[in-house]
Amino acid sequence: MKTFGAFLLFLSSLLKRGESPRILFNRTIDEAILIGIDSVFIVAVVSTFIGAVTCVQISYNLTNALIPRSTIGFMVREMTILELAPTITSIVLAGKVGSSIAGGLGTMRITEQVDALEVMGINSASYLVLPKILAAFLVFPMLVITAMFLSIMGGYLAGSLSGALSGQEYITGLRSDFISWNITFALIKSLVFAFLVAAISSYQGYFTEGGALEVGRASTKAVTNSVIAILIADFVCAQLLL
Amino acid sequence: MIEIHNIHKTFNGTKVLDGISGNFESGKMNMLLGASGTGKSVLLKCIVGLVKPDLGSITYDGRIFANNKLDIKQEIRRKIGMLFQGSALFDSMTVSENVEFPLRMLSDMNRTDRLDRVQFCLKRVGLENAGNKMPSELSGGMKKRVGIARAIAPHCTYLFCDEPNSGLDPLTAITIDELIKEITLEYDITTIVVTHDMNSVLEYGDNVMFLYKGKKLWEGHSSTIMDTNVKELNDFIFSNRLMRDAKKVEQIEEEERQEEERHEEEQNRSDR
Ligand SMILES: Nc1ncnc2c1ncn2[C@@H]1O[C@H](COP(=O)(O)OP(=O)(O)O)[C@@H](O)[C@H]1O
Ligand SMILES: [Mg+2]
Repeated sequence: MKTFGAFLLFLSSLLKRGESPRILFNRTIDEAILIGIDSVFIVAVVSTFIGAVTCVQISYNLTNALIPRSTIGFMVREMTILELAPTITSIVLAGKVGSSIAGGLGTMRITEQVDALEVMGINSASYLVLPKILAAFLVFPMLVITAMFLSIMGGYLAGSLSGALSGQEYITGLRSDFISWNITFALIKSLVFAFLVAAISSYQGYFTEGGALEVGRASTKAVTNSVIAILIADFVCAQLLL
Repeated sequence: MIEIHNIHKTFNGTKVLDGISGNFESGKMNMLLGASGTGKSVLLKCIVGLVKPDLGSITYDGRIFANNKLDIKQEIRRKIGMLFQGSALFDSMTVSENVEFPLRMLSDMNRTDRLDRVQFCLKRVGLENAGNKMPSELSGGMKKRVGIARAIAPHCTYLFCDEPNSGLDPLTAITIDELIKEITLEYDITTIVVTHDMNSVLEYGDNVMFLYKGKKLWEGHSSTIMDTNVKELNDFIFSNRLMRDAKKVEQIEEEERQEEERHEEEQNRSDR
């Protein structure tokens, strides 16, 4: 509870004494490029395989001859858009982005780079952290959409290569009963997760004390806490928005 | 001039600074001397506002530096340059970008003026060709030089150095001390140097403040420090064998001189 209070104080300090919008904008773009390039490969690999595995497993479970094979495509789409793409992608990003945010800030803290900013009269929290959160807002949804697309592609490939269903059937399934709100829902979730990962990891890194060992510890903690927060938020979002 | 008055600081129940007062003059090398863990860095951080003292006041040329007066604090901070113990260069930026950084953030200079100033400062510290290097490619001494260049880039009036020559070989250490002294005199800066190195104190110090377990035990000009009769300071100075030997040599020389004087006097007397 005390940590949570400190976390809220930290968030409010981000908005005080900010730098000019131009600097904030430039820093955000820099961070976004960094996060994006850093993670696009792993997100692509993970989402393609998740789509493929989902397709194969559904087809394995779907033994009833009365249900058309195209249902597999439908189910892959639903699972991917609603849950797998936003949540798994964010969990992957928590590992990739969260640890790099916490490690980077922790190193800056213990090597007194944060103090150097403060001595210059710069609000180090807003200078360092705010762009990371904004960059995450920008990048997470893009990566989630990429993941949706690749995951569905993965399902298509797995389905046709394993002979579970024809490409034509898969596409028929994909196109049936489409609810566009589900995409909106996934994007809202990805924004929530973006905030959680960036803010929690920044908090862990920014308040690192000690040496290299503590920086490593802060990174680990950033990842575990982010993942737990994502899962809780996932549940809450489903309750509130579906 | 920077004046501090009755600074107290406690961390989790341990008293780290116990009522320290003093003045730091401009154009002088003001040194904070003391063993490790006596609170030198904490005092320096209190003075620049990185640590909030529990009690006490700090004034910069008569202007009170306090948390509740944010605009004055910000204004003073723009005139502060600080060299950190580990240099604290921003490791995602090149050397030039590091030196340019305070100018970009704090001044309204245009880009050409900024780059001129960066080149000037790098040249001043003898690194005019290292502008495009990353901090990770630099040696310890070069990092300190870049740190100094970054500190003086915005025309600082106050310069703080936390153990500027620790972790350097003796020769590099001397050049860094020398550079700080030159800059201090050149721009009439109020410089405070934290050190535990008696060589720096004797060679480059002007006013010296000796801290021991959070208290100020001695204060004076560096030329008088060897004559102190404060036990802790004596122990500190002569904990170093070289210093002990130096003192011995000094004593022997002094005795010889007195002997000679006596001799001469006797001769004079017998001549008359
Ligand atoms: N942020 C902090 N929290 C708790 N204790 C601290 C903190 N900073 C310094 N100290 C303690 O204050 C004492 C003095 O530290 P310091 O000023 O760094 O010594 P030095 O004279 O070697 O620079 C040390 O015992 C250190 O453990
Ligand atoms: Mg220290």
